[in-house]
Amino acid sequence: MNNFHYTKASSVDEAVLAGKGAENYFIAGGTNLLDLWKYDLTHPQKMVDVNGIEELKTITELPNGGLRLGALVTNNTTAYHPLVEARYPLLSRTILAGATAQIRNSATNGGNLLQRTRCYYFYDPASPCNKRNPGSGCPAVEGQNRLHAILGFSDKCIATFPSDMCVALAALEAVVRVTGPNGSREIAFADFHRLPGDRPELDNTLGQDELITAIDLPPRGYAEHHNYLKLRDRNSYAFALVSVATGYELEAGMIANARIALGGVAHIPWRVEAAETYLEGKAPTEASFAGAADLILAGAQGFEHNAFKIELARRTIVRSGMMALDPSCQRPGAPPSL
Amino acid sequence: MQNIPPPATRSVSLRVNGKPAQLEVAPWVSLLDALRHDLDLTGTKKGCDHGQCGACTVICDGERILSCLTLAVMKDGSEITTIEGLGQPGNLHPLQEAFLEHDAYQCGYCTSGQICSGVAMIEAGHGKTREEVKDLMSGNLCRCGANTNIIDAIMAVKDGNHE
Ligand SMILES: Cc1cc2nc3c(=O)[nH]c(=O)nc-3n(C[C@H](O)[C@H](O)[C@H](O)COP(=O)(O)OP(=O)(O)OC[C@H]3O[C@@H](n4cnc5c(N)ncnc54)[C@H](O)[C@@H]3O)c2cc1C
Ligand code: FES
Ligand code: FES
Repeated sequence: MNNFHYTKASSVDEAVLAGKGAENYFIAGGTNLLDLWKYDLTHPQKMVDVNGIEELKTITELPNGGLRLGALVTNNTTAYHPLVEARYPLLSRTILAGATAQIRNSATNGGNLLQRTRCYYFYDPASPCNKRNPGSGCPAVEGQNRLHAILGFSDKCIATFPSDMCVALAALEAVVRVTGPNGSREIAFADFHRLPGDRPELDNTLGQDELITAIDLPPRGYAEHHNYLKLRDRNSYAFALVSVATGYELEAGMIANARIALGGVAHIPWRVEAAETYLEGKAPTEASFAGAADLILAGAQGFEHNAFKIELARRTIVRSGMMALDPSCQRPGAPPSL
Repeated sequence: MQNIPPPATRSVSLRVNGKPAQLEVAPWVSLLDALRHDLDLTGTKKGCDHGQCGACTVICDGERILSCLTLAVMKDGSEITTIEGLGQPGNLHPLQEAFLEHDAYQCGYCTSGQICSGVAMIEAGHGKTREEVKDLMSGNLCRCGANTNIIDAIMAVKDGNHE
């Protein structure tokens, strides 16, 4: 653990200016950054505390009927916000399925997008890891890979992206707003996280000195039919082995449009648009969701300790699709609806 | 990496358990270490120091947070409540009394975090059912296995069986 400088920014411009430099880090909740620093996995020279930027701490309605989530609003405040609960309950459920109340009270919306993988080798400074130390190798391929990817991996890295919240943001087609030294831009959620390929050290397409300012939710919230089903080694306070976010709209009992995103299976929240198109016009039945699952999992490949995830993901897609008929069945302790 | 030599300290003003507290701390000092070492409030415990156990839970501006995963400098201007501020012998918080009554601890190491966490959860109005309370309290591990009695104590206070 190294010592570092600290400065507190009170505006976006101030933060961007102070953040310039490879070893300068924005600190928001600190729940991931401080953990990595304590394990000697990151070596910040300066922490730029962005918690003083009041304009990034609000949730506001957009003229198009969507919602803007400030980057510094905490995960818990977002999950319990009346507009989020009413219009984007899928996002609420997904956030509340992650971490713990204490962590969600500190963790911010911006920080959640940038959390690092929970790969055991990434977390062990004594191990090689292409993500932490490019070119050193990936021991997970032949080692302990229970948490690891079954889709979209490369021979350089089979890590998964651990966020729950981002699985819903992928399904909702959120847009990430960022500001850097060269101005502001918007990044579609599907373009935000990236596959490992030859550069597994890069988790996403955010510039090193860019600040996330907000996440915009489009109007369509799937409030009537949605589900987040997270399967893990214990019932709470654990990362997903497989998770599925489902949302659809029904017209005359048939699926008019659908979104399905998976967590715990790849380096990014995993979405296959062909599977969503396939569901259009079909009844919300086990057979329909099984058909979608085949399309989503085409090309999935397991390793020694995670091959079970392929069948698990298939069943989770089907079950989540059915549970979305009655979203109330996903509250902790609710009786199984099916 | 080059280490920055001390004394790079900063002043931090907090209100802790209702009283002003002035600190001079290095930027890398966690709120947990500042409470325990600088303010001598050792009721808050360090279990893992990595966000995994909940022993370090304190109430910051009304919300329960992990004091091990936050820097003291980040909390300048905040109002912090620790177990010492919730109640003292002779004047216990209802949840502290409920813990006694329900035998909700064994070694006691997790207890201050459990109580701060439970108090903040009740005050936030979260956790309608026992199952939800269990889920919302899952950030506080008890390696002695007193969990059932811990949830009993919290439910008793939530249901108004304690003043
Ligand atoms: C024990 C434990 C269990 C957890 N379990 C889960 C879980 O089950 N599911 C889940 O989804 N998550 C889980 N988490 C992770 C948690 O959700 C993240 O740590 C949190 O969301 C990160 O947000 P933060 O604000 O604390 O980020 P920080 O730690 O402050 O920052 C994280 C990274 O983002 C950068 N950053 C922060 N804000 C911005 C910004 N606005 N612009 C640009 N860069 C920024 C920082 O520089 C840093 O690199 C868990 C964490 C812990 C410690
Ligand atoms: S000491 Fe903070 S969570 Fe364990
Ligand atoms: S009483 Fe011993 S850890 Fe909970």
